Amino acid sequence: MSAVTERLDLLAPEPSRLAIVRMVILNRPSTIAAVCLILVFVAIATAAPLIAPYDPLAQSYIKINQSPSWEHWLGTDQFGRDVLSRMIYGSRNSLIIGVLAPLVAAIIGTTLGVVAGFFGGIIDRVISRLVDLLISFPELLLAIIIAAALGGGFWNIVIVLAAAFVPNFARVARAQTMAVRAEPYVEAAVASGVTQLRIIMRHIIPNIAAPIVVLMTLWTASAIRLEASLSFLGLGTQAPQPSWGNIIRDGLNNLFGSPWPVIGAGLAITSVVLAFNLLGDTIRDVLDPETSP
Amino acid sequence: MGHFLLRRLFDAVPTVLLVLTLVFAAMRILPGDPALAALGDNALPEQLAAFREQFGLNQPLWRQYLDFLGGVLTFDLGRSLLHSRPVLEMLAHALPFTIELTIVATFIGVTIGVPLGVLAATRRNRLPDSGVRLFSLVGYAVPDFYLGALLLITFSLNLGLFPISGGGEGFWDRMYHVLLPAITLAFLKAAFIGKLTRTSLLEVFGKDYVRTARAKGAREGRVIYRHALRNALLPLTTGLGISLLATLSGSVAVELVFNRPGIGTLLIGAISERDYAVIQGGIIVFALLVVFVNLLIDLLYIAVDPRLRVQA
Repeated sequence: MSAVTERLDLLAPEPSRLAIVRMVILNRPSTIAAVCLILVFVAIATAAPLIAPYDPLAQSYIKINQSPSWEHWLGTDQFGRDVLSRMIYGSRNSLIIGVLAPLVAAIIGTTLGVVAGFFGGIIDRVISRLVDLLISFPELLLAIIIAAALGGGFWNIVIVLAAAFVPNFARVARAQTMAVRAEPYVEAAVASGVTQLRIIMRHIIPNIAAPIVVLMTLWTASAIRLEASLSFLGLGTQAPQPSWGNIIRDGLNNLFGSPWPVIGAGLAITSVVLAFNLLGDTIRDVLDPETSP
Repeated sequence: MGHFLLRRLFDAVPTVLLVLTLVFAAMRILPGDPALAALGDNALPEQLAAFREQFGLNQPLWRQYLDFLGGVLTFDLGRSLLHSRPVLEMLAHALPFTIELTIVATFIGVTIGVPLGVLAATRRNRLPDSGVRLFSLVGYAVPDFYLGALLLITFSLNLGLFPISGGGEGFWDRMYHVLLPAITLAFLKAAFIGKLTRTSLLEVFGKDYVRTARAKGAREGRVIYRHALRNALLPLTTGLGISLLATLSGSVAVELVFNRPGIGTLLIGAISERDYAVIQGGIIVFALLVVFVNLLIDLLYIAVDPRLRVQA
């Protein structure tokens, strides 16, 4: 953390951290584009009932497998459902899970990491061993394994993805906690008899918050991509509820019908993940001097 | 080297044990009764009892755990309920397709990724560099199953150049079947390896020995491939490990897209059919593959960096 403050001191007389973030974001056109794109998708997700031209679940057997037209901009699927409306509603799932899963993972992972880093000893060894093992598994594989046991559905996806991300948060939180724990002000607090819980809440948590927040933004893109993957595999959002992943799944089962569901939903996933990746990279560059170019 | 290999293998034992324990625990926290899930709500009580008896579900938990470990050690993973075949046989049939896909994808990805990274690093901040950066941005964002679906629609369905599904028979037919799925997975890999090669090379380019090599008049190609790239191999090995594991997990969705008879297709099919023993077997195979890849990468470190041999 001292490296960050050092770096910030060099930059200008005394701009706040937020001002620096704003400055860097504005200096990168790609980041501005990314933020705009994210805002557009957030607006679409929020206003879905207002802007979706049709009910995303409404089936019509006289309108199956239609190509794009003025009535149905992205055509219809094998059940005669409007693909654009399904995509608009699908954005809700992607964005909510994209934010929620890293948040839950951050809460659980930070708790584990802080406990391990602060108390050390046998607790630390058990947690660290488990984290080391789980971190050697790719998140998608971990998610598939947990989803195989838990099944699909909204809250299960959140739990599955959060569980897959927890080791990453725990590792960072543990390392940061150990660094902060060695600071003189923590020693002083210990010496003056402050309770451990109070030290953790007052001194440790606020000082390790920044890297945890960075990690959350970095994992948002992954969460969106993984939700799509799980839904594509049939382990995530369950039919008939629309999600970008299961729109592609339905589209692939109906390849001779219309390719538009696959193309449209895939473009949506790609652009949102790209936007969150760009934003995440920028935030990391600002807050972590070691990786900045 | 032999000593090191033995010790690493020995280290892997508790890891494998822990992995198996986690798999066991995960399978036992399945919400609901596995017997009920497998046989359906209309099953008779006698059928349920027979099912529990057959899978040892009426035994105490510690007994189930020991039976489970014993089964894995003796390669007895039970029988598939729906296909009435030994799970091991089904896994043994599917595994080569998954391994084949992973190897071909890795080969293509590395063959494209490393030269791309060299190109970007040697022409830093010029057009090729921006091109590679754009490629890696897109490569990170596009889901593999989407890319696979696009390739399938274009090259198999519309142009008829590649098969639509299956794994093929005989070497050449199998290579023909694996090519499109492998290219799908190689795309992300090339993006990742390309970016990593660029970063590692740029770091090495600032080192004294590269300057010395240039100063003594070595040709640029020799400087890059003999001096710089050789020293950038260590971070690349780490990257290769990460990307191998990513390919392994990505193979699940890609196998489904191209309808390949691999472990991923088997596992996902078993999950939707609630075929208990096959789910368990598929998860064990994937978990062991992860442990194996990590071991392999550790050995690669030693091969790549002679300094590590002394410590080992």
